[in-house]
Amino acid sequence: MSKVRILAGTRKGAFTLTSDGTRKNWTVSGPHFAGWEMYHMKASPVDPNRIYASQCSGWFGQMMQRSDDGGLTWNAIGNKFLYDGVPGTHQWYDGTAHPWEFKRVWHLEPSLNDPDSVYAGVEDAALFHSADGGQNWTEISGLRKHDTGPAWQPGAGGMCLHTILLDPSDPKRIYIAISAAGAFRTDDGGTTWKPINHGLHSKYIPDPTAEVGHCVHHMAMHSARPTTLFMQKHWDVMRTDDAGENWTRVSGDLPTDFGFVIDVHAHEPETIYVVPIKSDSEHFPLDGQLKVYRSRAGGNEWEPLTKGLPQSNCFVNVLRDAMAVDSLDRCGIYFGTTGGQVYASADAGDSWQAIVHDLPAVLSVEVQTLP
Amino acid sequence: MTESGGDAGVRTATVRIELPAHLRVLAGVRPEVQIAVATPVTQTAILDAIEAAYPMLQGTLRDHTSRLRRPFIRFFACGQDLSHISPGAELPQAIADGTEPFLIIGAIAGG
Repeated sequence: MSKVRILAGTRKGAFTLTSDGTRKNWTVSGPHFAGWEMYHMKASPVDPNRIYASQCSGWFGQMMQRSDDGGLTWNAIGNKFLYDGVPGTHQWYDGTAHPWEFKRVWHLEPSLNDPDSVYAGVEDAALFHSADGGQNWTEISGLRKHDTGPAWQPGAGGMCLHTILLDPSDPKRIYIAISAAGAFRTDDGGTTWKPINHGLHSKYIPDPTAEVGHCVHHMAMHSARPTTLFMQKHWDVMRTDDAGENWTRVSGDLPTDFGFVIDVHAHEPETIYVVPIKSDSEHFPLDGQLKVYRSRAGGNEWEPLTKGLPQSNCFVNVLRDAMAVDSLDRCGIYFGTTGGQVYASADAGDSWQAIVHDLPAVLSVEVQTLP
Repeated sequence: MTESGGDAGVRTATVRIELPAHLRVLAGVRPEVQIAVATPVTQTAILDAIEAAYPMLQGTLRDHTSRLRRPFIRFFACGQDLSHISPGAELPQAIADGTEPFLIIGAIAGG
């Protein structure tokens, strides 16, 4: 029988949550790296025991960890993220030029076919790659050196490269997203990059349709349709069906189209999930009611999913990398909150249970479907 | 003074070093470690020795490139805050002769 393993990164450590395929009874392991901020953990799709983890601290900086036994034991790997050449400047919050400075790894994306190959999205925004299991990291600097780089500006959470999507049909095509520069695509394995923000409209920047400067919160892709992407922007839920050349707003009847997470059903490429959040400053669910919204039409028409979720006095947030799906039938949906809950649905969102209630604030959730 | 010749004829002193709790876990060591440090004993010499003995601590105490102490790291010894002296300045003899430990502190901050 299949098993499911959730990798939850939190403000104060990492946790693994495991269950059999029924997804009813869960075993919680952790905290691993207690006291450290675990921004993200993700396993290799070709070697599920190989898990990469980003571990950081305001005191001690960035550490990287790797497990080769499914999270039972860990070893420190390379933590040297050096920008290629003299990194230059980007815009600071006040519009002045600010030197590029490495701060932390936000997101790890293992290769689809080589367990030793892994990408890292970092703050200040850049993409790194390791070909030796994380021992050494090399910047894919064509992205940061794009002509628009000096105009990139941090969002409130920092200038982070938080989304990396690898095209399963074309190993040279990678999509990434940066808050608050926007989305970019390479078709040549990272040598050159193209901003793919046409159709985005951000009323909070001087030119709402600028080539860059959009606060993209997260993007998602279904592996069977790698030219269709879904995006949760600072405001607006968007989709593209031409690999980012043009985006269309699909917020439709959402009560608010601000939020952080977005994900796609494992077996239904037009079924997508978001968690609407009240903004611009509150960043908690509307009316204290935690609701996942599902669209079975690829956007525009949305239904609230509330069964098992708190419908009063709930004032948590769901951060951008804190939703994931498994590949069982029916598809499991998972998300973590800043209140320390990890919610699971074993029926594609129809009903939910809190696997845990009281973890530290959850920064990221990934899920493995294991044989 | 516990001084001896190193592998390449470099004279070393055995320095007692206390690491912050998180770094002890990372390195898998007890609260106090004793490390052979090239003389004269300076902050730089101590950090070089720590990073050589425990490579997983590279980058946690000082920046990989600038070699500057991370902002929330402090160095205390002999009842003094030695964080702001030149990294190349010779440290008090009591550190070099092992009478006093060199304390590496994660500053009290945050939540």
